[in-house]
Amino acid sequence: MPRWDRVKASFFDGELLADSFPRLLDAFVLDVMIFVWTTPFILITAMLIAIARNTRAPSLFPVRIFAIAYTDIMRGVPVILWIYLIGFGVPGIGLERPWNSPLLWGSVALGLTYSAYVAEVFRAGIEGVHESQRAAARSLGLSSAQTMRHVIIPQAIRKVLPPLMNDMVSLQKDVALVSLIGPIEILRQAGIDKAKFANFTPFVGAALIFLSITIPLTRFTDYLLSRERERTGGSRVR
Amino acid sequence: MKLRFDAVSKSFGDNHVLREISIDIAAGEVVTFIGASGSGKSTLLRCVNLLETIDAGSIALDGDVITKVGVDPNPVRRRVGMVFQSYNLFPHMSVARNVTLALTEVLGIDSVEAMDRARTLLERFGLLDKIDRYPDQLSGGQQQRVAIARAMALNPEVLLLDEITSALDPELVGEVLDVVRELKGSGITMLFATHEMSFAEEISDRVCYLDSGLIAEMGPPHQIFTEPANERTQQFLSRVLKGQRRD
Ligand SMILES: Nc1ncnc2c1ncn2[C@@H]1O[C@H](COP(=O)(O)OP(=O)(O)OP(=O)(O)O)[C@@H](O)[C@H]1O
Ligand SMILES: [Mg+2]
Repeated sequence: MPRWDRVKASFFDGELLADSFPRLLDAFVLDVMIFVWTTPFILITAMLIAIARNTRAPSLFPVRIFAIAYTDIMRGVPVILWIYLIGFGVPGIGLERPWNSPLLWGSVALGLTYSAYVAEVFRAGIEGVHESQRAAARSLGLSSAQTMRHVIIPQAIRKVLPPLMNDMVSLQKDVALVSLIGPIEILRQAGIDKAKFANFTPFVGAALIFLSITIPLTRFTDYLLSRERERTGGSRVR
Repeated sequence: MKLRFDAVSKSFGDNHVLREISIDIAAGEVVTFIGASGSGKSTLLRCVNLLETIDAGSIALDGDVITKVGVDPNPVRRRVGMVFQSYNLFPHMSVARNVTLALTEVLGIDSVEAMDRARTLLERFGLLDKIDRYPDQLSGGQQQRVAIARAMALNPEVLLLDEITSALDPELVGEVLDVVRELKGSGITMLFATHEMSFAEEISDRVCYLDSGLIAEMGPPHQIFTEPANERTQQFLSRVLKGQRRD
C-alpha cells in the first residue's frame, strides 16, 4: 500500500510547487500562443472542408473526394505522428531560418490534424439541419451559397457548439505534444523541473494550470448556449 | 396563361407520382388540389418552383418554359412563393429577419427599406406585435402566418400553398385561412393543396382532384363537391367529408 505521506511528498510538495509555478506559468504562455494561432486556422480550414464535403453540384465531385480523403487520412493517424512527421520532417529538408522552426511546423501539424476532426464536427452539424430549411431558403430565391451562409451554417454551428468546444479543450491539451519536438512549453518545463528535483509536483502544477483554462472555457460555452436558448427558444419543459 | 403544365411527368424510382399532368391556370386564379395522401399534390407544387425536377413535359410561367435544363432557378423562385405544411421558418432568425432575408439578400434592398416592407406585411397579417419574436416563441398559427408573410415579401406572382393548415390545431386553422382569403382579394395566382374541403369549396375558382398522379376530375368547386362525375372523386369526397364535419 502506498503511504499518504509519501504520496504527499512526491506529488503535493507545497514549497516545490511555489518554486516551480512561475517557471511553469512562463512556459505556459507558449502553449496559449500555439492555441491562439492554431484555433482560427483550424476553424476556417475545418469549415471550408465541411462545406466542400457538402457540395452537391455533380461537377464538384473532385472537391468532395479531396475533402473525404483529407479527413480520413488526417484522422486515421495519431496526432503525435503528424507532429513528428511534419514538425521534425519539414524543417529537416533544408529550409532557412525562420522557416525551419519545429515550433512553426509543429503548430502546422496540429492545425492540419485538428482541422480534420473539427471538419467532421461541422459536417455533422450541416447535415443535421433539416432539408426543409434548405427548401424554404431556396424557394425564396436564395442561391445555394447564400442558403449555406444565412440558413444552414448558423444553425449548424449552434448545434455543434458542445462537441466543438470538446475538440477545442482537447486542442488546448494536445498543444503540449509540440513539446516532444523541442519547444519548451509547460509540459517540457515540468519535465525539466521534475528531473531536477526528482519530484512529480511540477506535473501537478502543470495540470492545475491546464484546468484553470479548460474548466472556465467549458463553463463559458455552457453559458453561451443557455443564453442563446433563452433568446430564441420557446418555453422549456420542466 | 399565367401557368401552363404540359404533360408533366415525374417519378421517384418506379413510383410514377405525376403522369402527364396538363393544366392551364389563368392569372389571379385560385386552383385547389385535393386527393388522397400520396396522390402527388406536394410534388406537383414543388415542381413549379423547381424544388423537384420533372422527367418529361414542361411548365411555363407567363409563356416562358421554366423546366428546361440550364434555366437558372433563382429568378423563377423570386416570382413563385411557397408556404410549407411545417412552416419551415428559420429558427435562428427573428420574425422580422425571416421576412427581410430574401429582400436584402436576393433583391439587394437596403435593410431600412426591407424592414419597412416587413412591417407593412406583418401588420397586414396581424403580426406586428410579434416582429421581434423568434419562431419557437409563436403559436403554430402565428408561425404559419409569418411563413406566408415571408413568401409574400418578394411580391410573387404565384403562391404555392402546400397543406398549410394540416399541422395546426383546429382552433388555429381559421386565422391562417383568413390570411389566404385576404390574399385571394389581392389578385395573386394561387395553387393550394389542402384537405380542408369546405374552405376549398369557398375559395377556389377551380378544384382539381388528383388520383395516383392523374387528374381524375377538374372543375368549378360546386360541380366537384356537389355532383362529381368521377366515381373515385365521389368515393374520396364521401370518405373525407364524413371525417370533416365539424363546422
Ligand atoms: N423525395 C422523394 N423520394 C421518393 N419518393 C417520394 C419523394 N417525395 C415524394 N415521394 C413519393 O411520391 C408520392 C407523392 O408524394 P406527395 O408528397 O406529392 O403526395 P401528397 O399528395 O402531397 O400527399 P400528402 O397528402 O400526404 O401530403 C408518394 O408516394 C411519396 O412517397
Ligand atoms: Mg403533401
